[in-house]
Amino acid sequence: MRVRADQRKCQAYANCILAAPDVFDLDDASGKVVVLEETPTDERRAAVQEAVRNCPTQAITVDAETRHVA
Amino acid sequence: MTARSKRRAVVVGASVAGVSAVEALRDGGFEGDVILVGAEAHMPYDRPPLSKQLLAGAWDTEQVMLRPAARYSELDVELRLGVSATSLDVSARAINLDNGEALRYDRLLIATGANPRLPGFVRPLEGVHLLRTLGEALGLRSALLRRPRVVVIGAGFIGSEVAATARGMGCEVTVLEALASPMAQALGAAVGEKLGRLHSEHGVVVVCNATVAGLVGDGVVEAVQLEDGSRVPADVVIVGTGVSPATAWLEGAGLAVSDGVECDQFCRAAPHVYAAGDVARWAQSTGKSVRVEHWTNAVEQGRHAAHNLIASLHGLTQRPYAPTPYFWSDQHGRKIHFVGWSSSEAEILALDETRIVVLYARDERLCGALTLDAPRALAMLRPLVAREAPLADARATVAAAGPARRPIPMENGVSPQPHRLVG
Repeated sequence: MRVRADQRKCQAYANCILAAPDVFDLDDASGKVVVLEETPTDERRAAVQEAVRNCPTQAITVDAETRHVA
Repeated sequence: MTARSKRRAVVVGASVAGVSAVEALRDGGFEGDVILVGAEAHMPYDRPPLSKQLLAGAWDTEQVMLRPAARYSELDVELRLGVSATSLDVSARAINLDNGEALRYDRLLIATGANPRLPGFVRPLEGVHLLRTLGEALGLRSALLRRPRVVVIGAGFIGSEVAATARGMGCEVTVLEALASPMAQALGAAVGEKLGRLHSEHGVVVVCNATVAGLVGDGVVEAVQLEDGSRVPADVVIVGTGVSPATAWLEGAGLAVSDGVECDQFCRAAPHVYAAGDVARWAQSTGKSVRVEHWTNAVEQGRHAAHNLIASLHGLTQRPYAPTPYFWSDQHGRKIHFVGWSSSEAEILALDETRIVVLYARDERLCGALTLDAPRALAMLRPLVAREAPLADARATVAAAGPARRPIPMENGVSPQPHRLVG
């Protein structure tokens, strides 16, 4: 999966970094969300989905990424 | 379509708990009919911005909507908005609506939230405001644009946030608090004092230990009268003295109601009835029952109740609800984040000049943590709160969190030691 965060929507409520601290952080200067890991491993899927659901401003989106093996 | 897919789930309350429950029903594979009943005519909206971004004018009405309108058709949910539930008949498995209709259900999820508590001195005078609904927020915003003298009664979450926002809009603001410091009930006296200082630094007058005797004015509010004889002049008065769970419609339904709908550990109030959000009180494993009035709990409990509701339809095991509560508050541009439960044992640690961490403990074990402008530290403390770690471990975690994520000036290659105890 690929994780994206919209800094314009972010209000620094920090729900995301509580849910998935390895994937999200808040930038100290701007106070806005930053994605630490854009393509987290499957074991973090549940935590990332919790972050998506718990974001009050819907600033986080996840695209399912299908890998095609040649 | 099979008989199973014809089942009907009714969610009462177009709140964040209600909408989260509806989404979880579909995520969890519920294929029957889903009906969401909401008392207000608006599309389901979010409340946290009402005292902040919407009130300040940074956001418009569209931005406080919980989901885009198209999302509800995608979820295949029938919205019944502008309609209130007036009673519940558990044996008939039906709720009655104020339009005369009876709505049958196979499973019911109660998410009716809470209503502002009105102290006895409140009279219907012009200039007196509550803040719970979108309409009330818009009304208050237009009043604040005239730069009135504002008196906020109650320095809890709503009162403190409204005071900060009104001050930011250039109003003269006084906060009257019955207790010894702002937000003392939720966060304890020591933290309350700090937050009181934050108000003062931004020009908000905070009067603690204040008992309101009444409102002065004939038709229009002119002042707030205190028990000690003093009067605080006011053009706008905001009453922020807490909320009560919206359970009036459940009277006579046979559910146990005592400061909220009483649920078991599975969010279940009766065999086919679940409850979530501000309205729900649930039994913890310790036997103590709790009710939480925060946004994140409404999302998590709404989802949890929906999952258990689905499990009950398939005879599957239901899971106990055992969250670590989380909330945030914005005041004067500062970010307050909190996880867990507060206690009277609060230890305040300073990360630097402005950022603090507060550790709440019971018997030397961590039960909660608060940060001021330090969310990363809070994220690191969350697992420790969840497992009730020894306080010493929490202190070590805070020391490790420190200000490491912002550039620190180094002298001779050595970082300064920023941690010190204050207060």
